[in-house]
Amino acid sequence: MSDSKPIFGFWVYLMTDCVLFATLFATYAVLHNNTYGGPPASELFSLPFVLIETLILLTSSFTAGLALLAARRSNKTQVITWLAITFILGAAFLGMELNEFANLVHEGNSWQRSGFLSAFFTLVATHGLHISIGLLWLIALVVQIVRRGFTKSTVQRLTMFGLFWHFLDIVWIFIFTFVYLMGAN
Amino acid sequence: MSSYATGFVLSILFTITPFMVVVNHLMTGWMLIFTLVGFAISQLFVQLIFFLHLGRESKPRWNILVFSFAALVVLIVVIGSLWIMNNLDYNMGGHEMDEYIIKDEGYEKNR
Repeated sequence: MSDSKPIFGFWVYLMTDCVLFATLFATYAVLHNNTYGGPPASELFSLPFVLIETLILLTSSFTAGLALLAARRSNKTQVITWLAITFILGAAFLGMELNEFANLVHEGNSWQRSGFLSAFFTLVATHGLHISIGLLWLIALVVQIVRRGFTKSTVQRLTMFGLFWHFLDIVWIFIFTFVYLMGAN
Repeated sequence: MSSYATGFVLSILFTITPFMVVVNHLMTGWMLIFTLVGFAISQLFVQLIFFLHLGRESKPRWNILVFSFAALVVLIVVIGSLWIMNNLDYNMGGHEMDEYIIKDEGYEKNR
């Protein structure tokens, strides 16, 4: 992590985002048994599917880190390649998540079904929304790097994006553990 | 490179192990919960150290300071919510719960 002020400011933003996710986790923890006669977590989720999602997001976090390292060596082709791989993995993760949501809604288990499902959709979709914004940011970042090369501001933005992406990976690990793994029993 | 690779390998390990524990029903109850939380927290620290490089900054360590405060708020929000809502559940459980509380605590509660 760099000691620059804008990056510290971004770190402070990430920590406040942590608090946002904490409130959603707390809501989920309180409501996770309130199924209102609907299906509980153990009947809804497919663990192998979610494991693949998790590994995809984890790998994209790793490739985002490799893009940062390549930027430190000022290797433009490598940075763009790693960012493109990060984008593809992130999009695959988002696609899988939307597919899971579509199946749940299709089977009548939408956020309107029970308190448990409202909390589930709010928590997981807020993470998905962050991923979507991250993907848009990634496109803008690649365009800037292609056009301007490694200026002070593009490298700074790349560093911030890396922090953002790693942060989302950490949040997902907790969703994977508390929602999916614990919900399976 | 080595820092990211180490973090990546450890993260995969800390993801697949709890998955195997759950899928193969190796544990139940509190033991399972403690194990899963343990793996999640280990992975949190792996990623903080190897991906986010927390703790490598020079003094004064503002990043760590802000992180610690956020962690404190997160713990208060999560544990506090669970504690309060659990207690509310216990005290607002209706007629059957009243009888349980009278038996459990040995006195009639004020309504």
